[in-house]
Amino acid sequence: MIKLLVYIAIALTVVLLFQLMRIYQLSSEIKGKNIGMANEKDNRSQGRASLIFVLGFFIFLIWLIVRFKDDMLPVAASDVGKTSDNLFMFNWVIIFIVFFITTFMLFFFAYKYAKTAKNPTAYFYPHNDKLELIWTVVPSIALAVIVIYGLSLWGKMTEKASDNALNIQLYAKQFDFTVRYSGADNKLGVTNYKMIDDATNPLGMDSTDKSGWDDVVVHGELHMPVGREINIQCNARDVMHGMYFPHFREQINCVPGMSTYMHFVPTITTDSMRTIMHDTAYDYILVCNRVCGSGHYNMFLKVVVDTKAQFEKWLATKTPQFDAINKRSHGGAVTMK
Amino acid sequence: METHAHEATHTAAHTEHHHHEHPSQSFVEKYMFSMDHKIISKQFLFTAMFMAFAAAIMSVLFRLQLAWPGQQSSVMHFFLGDRWAKGGVLDPNMYLGLVTIHGTIMVFFLLTGGLSGTFANLLIPLQVGARDMASPMMNMLSYWFFFISSLIMFISLFIETGPASAGWTIYPPLSALPQAIPGSGAGMTLWLTSIALFVVSSLLGGLNYIVTVVNLRTIGMKMTRLPLTIWALLITAILGVLSFPVLFGAAILLIFDRSFGTSFYLSDIYIGGQALSETGGSPILFEHLFWFLGHPEVYIVIMPAFGIMSEIISINARKPIFGYRAMIGSMLSIAFLAFIVWGHHMFVSGMNPFLGSVFVFTTLLIAIPSAVKAFNYITTLWKGSITFNPQLLFVVGAVSTFISGGLTGIILADSALDVAVHGTYFVVAHFHIVMGLSAVLAMFGGVYHWFPKMFGRMMNKKLGYWHFWLTFICAYGVFLPMHFLGLAGVPRRYYTNDAYAPWAKLQDINVIVSIFAIVGVLSQIIFFVNFFYSMSKGTKSAQNPWDANTLEWTTPIVPGHGNWEGDLPVVHRWAYDYSKPGKAHDFVPQTVPMEEGELDEGEHS
Ligand code: HEM
Ligand SMILES: [Cu+2]
Ligand SMILES: [Cu+2]
Repeated sequence: MIKLLVYIAIALTVVLLFQLMRIYQLSSEIKGKNIGMANEKDNRSQGRASLIFVLGFFIFLIWLIVRFKDDMLPVAASDVGKTSDNLFMFNWVIIFIVFFITTFMLFFFAYKYAKTAKNPTAYFYPHNDKLELIWTVVPSIALAVIVIYGLSLWGKMTEKASDNALNIQLYAKQFDFTVRYSGADNKLGVTNYKMIDDATNPLGMDSTDKSGWDDVVVHGELHMPVGREINIQCNARDVMHGMYFPHFREQINCVPGMSTYMHFVPTITTDSMRTIMHDTAYDYILVCNRVCGSGHYNMFLKVVVDTKAQFEKWLATKTPQFDAINKRSHGGAVTMK
Repeated sequence: METHAHEATHTAAHTEHHHHEHPSQSFVEKYMFSMDHKIISKQFLFTAMFMAFAAAIMSVLFRLQLAWPGQQSSVMHFFLGDRWAKGGVLDPNMYLGLVTIHGTIMVFFLLTGGLSGTFANLLIPLQVGARDMASPMMNMLSYWFFFISSLIMFISLFIETGPASAGWTIYPPLSALPQAIPGSGAGMTLWLTSIALFVVSSLLGGLNYIVTVVNLRTIGMKMTRLPLTIWALLITAILGVLSFPVLFGAAILLIFDRSFGTSFYLSDIYIGGQALSETGGSPILFEHLFWFLGHPEVYIVIMPAFGIMSEIISINARKPIFGYRAMIGSMLSIAFLAFIVWGHHMFVSGMNPFLGSVFVFTTLLIAIPSAVKAFNYITTLWKGSITFNPQLLFVVGAVSTFISGGLTGIILADSALDVAVHGTYFVVAHFHIVMGLSAVLAMFGGVYHWFPKMFGRMMNKKLGYWHFWLTFICAYGVFLPMHFLGLAGVPRRYYTNDAYAPWAKLQDINVIVSIFAIVGVLSQIIFFVNFFYSMSKGTKSAQNPWDANTLEWTTPIVPGHGNWEGDLPVVHRWAYDYSKPGKAHDFVPQTVPMEEGELDEGEHS
């Protein structure tokens, strides 16, 4: 019933609008005005509108920056993140200069060169090779600088992690992340997806691999020590997930069937960040950033950067998975073949 | 809508046709299975308009959700019913379905099929001086494949398990496994079928466009005299012919993985309490195949817009396009580079970092010809004598969005920075501004400009101005603030962003964006009214209403089959002799012979 009324209302509106247009058109035609083509008055008013627009546009942009700048991501909390922020700034400076100049010229010329009694004819100016050469070469140089600067950071981000980096695994599935610490040997045991068992072995760890015996599986939180390089191996169980650390300016996909890696050094503890942000509840976060299903928007992991001591204390409270399994199934010592 | 349109053309045609036309042609032959490029062009336009209308409504629905998450809304319920909006609250699966189909329709059906289909069909024969396309039959098939493909995509919205929901990029395994998301059931099958047919349509059309431009140019129409619209449409068609088959291949392999147990993209998956047997495949392979089309695709979208922008700016500034040859050169180099930058969508995929570096380099290379184009447009306005017909405003707007969006591309192209914002609203802002807005604005410009050629009547300029300013202001109102969401780290394709406290604080931005979005969509009503009214009742057009040089304005006002009565026109000069010194008028049509000692500017500029 309501639907029907909506349709009728729409139909009536359309008829009404058509009639209004008809009246407008007929009255203009009687006055001998062309309602299809711009005349001098339009040129003047639309030219002026262009100028007003560009000013309003700049004001809107500046307002957005002022209004929301404090809600942007805070200072980067990792080693690569710091360089990344500098590179960002460098790019922004170039971008804003070019943006303001070209955008202003575009709309200002539209305003200035509107066809009016004062400006009845255009200047025949089909090309100027020198000019065109200049604006090919200058952007090329600017971009070359950006590429070199950017690639030096990219190289650092993607080089092999150092040997004493802390190896951990992040394991993504619909719709949560699980963390595995590599234990005393700093080596992650191998896994096999066929061994997955949600109750006892959610990551599918292979019990024949000894390096996995001391691995610690943690749900619900990721803790990292400040100042030590973290080397993360990313895996996914079901579909692709994205592992995005906004505060560390790092991101990589977790892909079923293969491992991907990322490494960085956290540089600011959660406590210090809370002080910086004047917010006692502020937390780092890991979010899933590759659409993975209906719960994608709820796929988070709280991230805590501890001091070395805090971290070790925290980790000591956790038991390796195989100990836990064995206690449950055999009520006794670990028996692994 | 279809029938309405046809009736309207029908009347217009009958009052104004005065030439050879088979009186025995039935309505069906003439307006449905027509082989006339002009009718086919309108068919593409109307179908695309219908699809875009649907996609715009979808965007209103998900914007309602993002601004006022979880709130009951009668609008939501009106459109989605109990199945997907119980109690007026949007279902999270349907949220993903809506963004997926919205993106698919806008990129493929509006800005590829719609934009190229409309303007290539209308303009190629008319501007190169041909009676029709090289193969009118293939042309007709191209439309009907497009139509069926659109129909299937549209129907997929209404099935029980919902439409495809893995994003318009349909990355497997999500798109391959119905266990992972309901939209990957029948919805995804329909999506893949639809896109496969779309590729067929695009190939039939594209080959035809290329052959027509290469072979059917009229006497004197050298390549260096072609209007930039034709250059752009030609290059677009070449890009499409080279890249769409790869999407087709990717889709076929995905169909195999979904239905026939192969594992091209699947490996070591445990889902729904079960370990699947597939091993050895790679989802990254899909990403490579998809973006090998996907990146050229974005240029397939923007190139026709470049052509339209060049033409309209030049005509309305009453000046030759600045740097005609540089414009062609930049389009050619963009087209070449478009094939070797796809990896910039994959910096976080886990591909080899060195390969990533190569893509950084090539991507920043492509920014150079893009910059040249922007500078040339601005210089064309400089010292012009600008007539502010609505289409001029639209293309100036398109240049502006191309600049704004292109500049943020520089950040995304820098892999080390991309990892900080990939997959966030920053990317959404970038590509909507640079591709979505530029192409949509240019397409609107094209419709206003060639409306007299399509229907023999003029659109109302006042409504055109209102339409432009509301659309343009709302467009920036929607997409500028999104950069800030992205810089705060807010991911795209999230049903709500309020689970993390610092993002919940940004809710204001979402409200601003949604209000602009709703007003922006509503202001399209102005366009629709103007369009459908003027089509049948608008003021009659003059022979050459914009005082343009190109050949389409030398045909009868509403050209019949064969376009020109009598002989085809002969071309003597390039298309941009506007305000040439020493001429009686501020334009010199391409059919006017050169005077003694006059320079053929197309050869030199
Ligand atoms: C100066 C030129 C440009 C550069 C350097 C550039 C760079 C990029 C990069 C690196 C990305 C990937 C970002 C990411 O996913 O994290 C991207 C995304 C995108 N760009 Fe551009 N771009 C430019 C111009 C364009 C143009 C002209 C178009 C279309 C006409 C376009 C359309 C897109 C689209 C559709 C996406 C996102 C696809 C998706 O993830 O859904 N870009 N751009
Ligand atoms: Cu996810
Ligand atoms: Cu791209």
